[in-house]
Amino acid sequence: MSELWEVFVRSRRGLSHQHVGSLHAPDARMALRNARDVYTRREEGVSIWVVPASEVTASSPDEKDAFFDPAADKPYRHPTFYEVPDEVKHL
Amino acid sequence: MRDEAVYALRLGDDALVLAQRLSEWSARAPELEEDLALTNVALDLLGQARQLLTRAGELEGEGRDEDDLAYLRGDREFLNALIVEQPNGDFARTIARQLMFSTYQLALYDRLRDSADPVISGVAEKAVKEVAYHRDHAREWTLRLGDGTEESHRRMQEGVDWMWPLAAELFEHDALAERLVAEGIAADARELRPAWEHYVGAVLEEATLERPDTSYAATGGRRGEHSEALGHLLAVMQSTHRAYPGATW
Repeated sequence: MSELWEVFVRSRRGLSHQHVGSLHAPDARMALRNARDVYTRREEGVSIWVVPASEVTASSPDEKDAFFDPAADKPYRHPTFYEVPDEVKHL
Repeated sequence: MRDEAVYALRLGDDALVLAQRLSEWSARAPELEEDLALTNVALDLLGQARQLLTRAGELEGEGRDEDDLAYLRGDREFLNALIVEQPNGDFARTIARQLMFSTYQLALYDRLRDSADPVISGVAEKAVKEVAYHRDHAREWTLRLGDGTEESHRRMQEGVDWMWPLAAELFEHDALAERLVAEGIAADARELRPAWEHYVGAVLEEATLERPDTSYAATGGRRGEHSEALGHLLAVMQSTHRAYPGATW
């Protein structure tokens, strides 16, 4: 039977794979082919990853406060307190 | 009609009629993903057909364009092989046809990349990548259905048995093809058969399917002698254009 797969596509070299959606497929090989047909038919990608949705461990909405709120008042964690030389690119 | 135009029509009609058949799966495939896969294949074939029919019209020199040739010919004027016009049947039968036709078409286009006709060689050059995927798609499904459940195996075998005698026509060779092979325009289809048998046979074996034991070979399509199915297909495909000539949207 078909199971659910999460699809990640790299749009071009140098970028990382981005989650683009999910689909059904009976196994990994067919999942890759389905991803090619569903998500890259308009030249959206140069590389595809498929991952069984059942293998994804997701954070729980119930834990949202404990997980994410403490970062809200820590501005010193952002690299905004020193000057970036002009020669340094891609920061 | 000139030999070259007839040959371009044979190639183009195969692609056009199969594109029309595959597009019938739109919104009817077993799952949404397959719906897109089959219609992607159909669109690849339609793209090939447009260029080949346009070329046939140029070579004919009577001022007919791709639409005239697609929409305003009767069934006796179509030169596609009988296998592509057959009704889709169930999904397994469609896949059986895809395996047989795309394996043939890939080998054919691989040869036609060297055709002396610049349009045919150009179409072939671009299409080999498309058709390599069509064949891969058909192979993957043949393996899964053949070596799947008892029911999928039974249906896949039925599909293969049904399509097999029709595939023989793809390897026909006649006087017209002979003249064009001599000119470097056409490929000798007979030479494609051993590699075709080898590839399709290997897929069937891996899929635990029996290779049909029949010597019956359908024929007639290349001369315009078709099955009843083509008339019905054309009635659907041509109705809009015939009711509203030149309609666009």
